Amino acid sequence: MTRGISSIGVYVPRRRLSRRAISEALAWRLQSVGGRGERAYGNWDEDALTMAVEAGRAALGGREAVAGVTFASTTHPFLDRSNSGLVAEALALPAQVTTQDAAGSQRAGTSALMALLEGTAPATLLVAADRRATQPGSVQELNYGDGAAAVVVDGQAELAEYLGGYSENIDFVDHYRQAGERHDYALEDRWVRTEAWGPFVRRAVAALLTKTSVAAAAITRVILTASRATAEPLMRTLGLTNATLVDALHDRVGDTGVAHPLLMLAGALDEAMPGEVILVIGFGQGMDALLLRVSDSAPQRRTGRVLSGALARGLTDHAYVRFLSHGGALALDWGMRAERDARTAHSVHYRKRAALNGFMGGRCTACDTVQFPAAPACVNPECRAFAPQTPIRLVDLPATVKTYTEDWLAFTPSPPLVYGNVAFEGGGNAFIEYADVDPGEVSVGAAVTFVFRIKDIDHARGFHRYFWKATLRRS
Amino acid sequence: MASGIRDKVAIVGMGCSRFGERWNMGADDLMVEAFTEAMADAGVERDRIEAAWLGVFYQEQSTSKSGLPLSMALRLPNVPVTRVENLCATGTEALRGAVYAVASGAVDIALAMGVEKLKDTGFGGLPERAKGTFEDQWQPGFTPPGAFAQLGAAYAARHGLSIDELRRAMAHVSVKSHANALDNPKAHLRTPITSEQVLGAPMVAFPLGVYDCCGVSDGAACAIVTTPEIAASLGKRDHVSVKALQLAPSNGAEMGHASWDGSYTPTTRLAASRAYREAGLTDPASQLGLIEVHDCFSVTELVVMEDLGLSAPGRAPADILDGRYDRDGTIPCQTDGGLKCFGHPVGASGLRMAYEIYTQLLGRAGSRQVGAPSLGLSHNLGGIPNRNVASVAIFGLNQF
Repeated sequence: MTRGISSIGVYVPRRRLSRRAISEALAWRLQSVGGRGERAYGNWDEDALTMAVEAGRAALGGREAVAGVTFASTTHPFLDRSNSGLVAEALALPAQVTTQDAAGSQRAGTSALMALLEGTAPATLLVAADRRATQPGSVQELNYGDGAAAVVVDGQAELAEYLGGYSENIDFVDHYRQAGERHDYALEDRWVRTEAWGPFVRRAVAALLTKTSVAAAAITRVILTASRATAEPLMRTLGLTNATLVDALHDRVGDTGVAHPLLMLAGALDEAMPGEVILVIGFGQGMDALLLRVSDSAPQRRTGRVLSGALARGLTDHAYVRFLSHGGALALDWGMRAERDARTAHSVHYRKRAALNGFMGGRCTACDTVQFPAAPACVNPECRAFAPQTPIRLVDLPATVKTYTEDWLAFTPSPPLVYGNVAFEGGGNAFIEYADVDPGEVSVGAAVTFVFRIKDIDHARGFHRYFWKATLRRS
Repeated sequence: MASGIRDKVAIVGMGCSRFGERWNMGADDLMVEAFTEAMADAGVERDRIEAAWLGVFYQEQSTSKSGLPLSMALRLPNVPVTRVENLCATGTEALRGAVYAVASGAVDIALAMGVEKLKDTGFGGLPERAKGTFEDQWQPGFTPPGAFAQLGAAYAARHGLSIDELRRAMAHVSVKSHANALDNPKAHLRTPITSEQVLGAPMVAFPLGVYDCCGVSDGAACAIVTTPEIAASLGKRDHVSVKALQLAPSNGAEMGHASWDGSYTPTTRLAASRAYREAGLTDPASQLGLIEVHDCFSVTELVVMEDLGLSAPGRAPADILDGRYDRDGTIPCQTDGGLKCFGHPVGASGLRMAYEIYTQLLGRAGSRQVGAPSLGLSHNLGGIPNRNVASVAIFGLNQF
């Protein structure tokens, strides 16, 4: 049995804020207006968990059975409530899957990946996602991005085989975020570059090459989340060319934190030929180094568009204030309608969680009508039978817009609130919000798909509640 | 075989407060204002009322729960008071209770009161409210205009209209109601508007602009009902008789099933066909002298013209633009300004509609009188198009 990665998926939020928009807004405090490229940022209703669900869906591709879910992040929405457990329910995985939240360091994703690759667990979904809040005007605001990536680790290794790994734990505090704090505190980058990145990576690579008996020259792709200013000098000392550096996506996404090594890996696995060796470095209070060999079956098992597809779905944005608002950095006045109590009746949520977390509807056993929510009696006016309804997952059913509006009166942190009735193939309808649509985009009959999102934020009790929303099928 | 409600109950007195922003009036004051007028009209003593029905929707803001707010405001002689609520059909539901009580023979004289005090909520529009412990976790955080706006996109798609064409007809709906309200001293909004103003107004919920939305008003309306025999004994030579009172709530099909395309209100169609049968109407378009429909939004009035069978499918925009439903048209609609301009104190609206039909049937509408109608219809659509309660009531003038 060869341990390895059999599937990979990513999620990058649609909006990509132009760094120039940031610097223009802050021109009064900067010496110059500049900034290259864009950084991805989530809508108001996205967090690490919703992005993890989308990346997880992409990695599973609707076909793989997994026995476990690991969710790595430094921005899990819950400190105490299983984030991976909610991801598993949103993915409609069986209750018997093992769930694990991994956190605490930028290495959380690569360490979890290495642990799974070193272990013997049955097929496991590893999702890594981060949405790190950044202080307006900070370097992190420019450099970070929101995003998620997920892999399925198993004994088939259909995309990449695991050759080996090496890891060190070193309490090097290049940056930190104490519990309860909103933002990272970062130390001097020159110190981090010369005292950590350089020696840590050199040491890890040397040890790993020895351990795996792989020659440095065999490495064709290197995944280093560091900036090019840090990575390129390091490559020389490793005896590798800059050409092997995998695009760190600074210009198009930004640093997605725990997700980033896996996001970059998706780009590498889109292109690499069988036999190529990929070095993956995780950095944060030490380092992880993993070597992967692209499997012979990879070309048959991939679309080649995992990352490029996500990048292509981007929408360049210049609205810095919207970015601040969606990220919670700026509290706009939303009027009295925002005062509505968003208390969740958790006993209801518990008994309806298949519908709410997994978007499970019912299929009438008397007339086959698909419906949401499932109910004791069939919604079909020609049936109305008190017949059992078979659970059916609506997430991936073809569906179209039946009605819609763009509501400028309703409260939403991203006006207008767009919502309406959608029609599922199979006869069912749902009254639902539309996510990630701009005014004028929705039309009757348009094809939609569904995404897992924050439904409401209960500020009074500190609670995100989630549900599915429809979004236009754009590709 | 039940014979229905036709001609079993007479309305012998009605009252309606002035609607609007009644900053210095509470729900109790508004009820007293409507009741005082109704008592004078009916010519009966307060203590002859044997049972009452109170319709109020936002009890938290308007009154409180139960029948007590009515019993206490009017200092009724401790007779039974039933509080009812059926969304925007609440006023009609209160009337149904009172009418059925008289028709059953349980009481001789009953009171139906609807009231809403909306201008203490702090909101410009209708206030936010919870939709249910499960519903809040999945339904959109919709507003009434946003929910009704859905009719626009679906109607345009079904009938091959552009949204701009539809909006022109919708604009005429509002222009007509504003014009009608000029002759109604009790109306909330009494300013003429033009189609250009409607079309150029800020968007509330596409395709509804500000002038496509009705007023949010304080107000109360009430009716005193009794048997035709007692009406005659009270000296009412002509009296207004209840010809039909029908209600059709959704059973979930609109929200959950593909058989509805979102462009019409199936419950209105059901309530209307039952009401026409109950009232014995065979050709409502020619028999009805006036109608008051639930014009919470211009697009609602437009689609309801077809749902009531008054315009052929797809013809409502043209009929509206032709003036068919104007005050001088063949079927005058919203002669008092409708929800749009008379105002929409939710629990009172059904009874306010009945009040206008009653006033017109008795020839008392003054400068807005539309000839000598003998039959009128009122219609409510409570809730939102995909989850609603429709009511249709028909009233007629019985002459002796």
